[in-house]
Amino acid sequence: MTARIGVVTFPGSLDDRDTQRAIRLAGAEPVALWHKDKDLKQVDAVVLCGGFSYGDYLRAGAIARFSPVMESLIEQAKAGLPVLGICNGFQILTEAHLLPGAMLGNDHLHFICRDQKLRVENAETSWTSDYRAGQEIHIPLKNMDGRYVADQYTLDKLEAEGRVAFRYLDFNPNGSLNDIAGITNEAGNVVGLMPHPEHAVEPLIGTGRTDGLPFFTSILKKLVNA
Amino acid sequence: MARVVVDVMLKPEILDPQGQAVQRALPRLGFEGISDVRQGKRFELEVDGPVDDAALARIRDLAESFLANTVIEDFTVRVDEVAEAAK
Repeated sequence: MTARIGVVTFPGSLDDRDTQRAIRLAGAEPVALWHKDKDLKQVDAVVLCGGFSYGDYLRAGAIARFSPVMESLIEQAKAGLPVLGICNGFQILTEAHLLPGAMLGNDHLHFICRDQKLRVENAETSWTSDYRAGQEIHIPLKNMDGRYVADQYTLDKLEAEGRVAFRYLDFNPNGSLNDIAGITNEAGNVVGLMPHPEHAVEPLIGTGRTDGLPFFTSILKKLVNA
Repeated sequence: MARVVVDVMLKPEILDPQGQAVQRALPRLGFEGISDVRQGKRFELEVDGPVDDAALARIRDLAESFLANTVIEDFTVRVDEVAEAAK
């Protein structure tokens, strides 16, 4: 028996297939979920993938947040369902208030696409346990709205509670406060980040390394051992 | 029908690079003396029926939960008096 991990497709999602592929490579079973369908098909975890859901109209993730699938997902995430938001998925999680803060346009106003060095700050979440705290990894980054912002109180709280999960190293690509690339909720089941681990799971593509694969092996281990 | 206008602006402490880019272009256009520009969004809602207190309260809820993200944005709601008077 293996774990079943759902991947939601919204109109405008781009990386659903890559995410399903990464899940399969890690040894879990990907399950396609549809934005109009409230049914999460009893999956053990969900990934909200990258793209431009609903055209990113209004604000990135703002319309997706009110889709039928999110109604079930918000409720179950609060009850402990592991959820990973990548790029647009991270934006949706902040819009849904499952993660604090908000995402805004890159400070330089350009789309950015590069291999990004990150430091894993928290290796105790459901999605990061196969990393070591302090480990440096290379993951592709590609976005328009990657600037993480939160008020000072929230930033201090995130830092004090070790909830900054990933930080940009060497170069801050979008003006994110405190160089934040990804965060976790208090329980550690909901994690969001801007860079794309699903594009770094095979040596042939992405950064030429497999630095993103531990996201998917972490959750698999957690679910199978549970 | 009546029009209700919702204005949404980034909170003052949030960096607005678009507004800054506009501000920096002004001297090239011969506009001097503008020290800051902030860019926001304006929503014009055409409302069926009367815009009474209940209708405005509903629109305020809509603005707070959807049109604005109050983590980063402030909003105001007002009835468009000019559009009203023209009818």
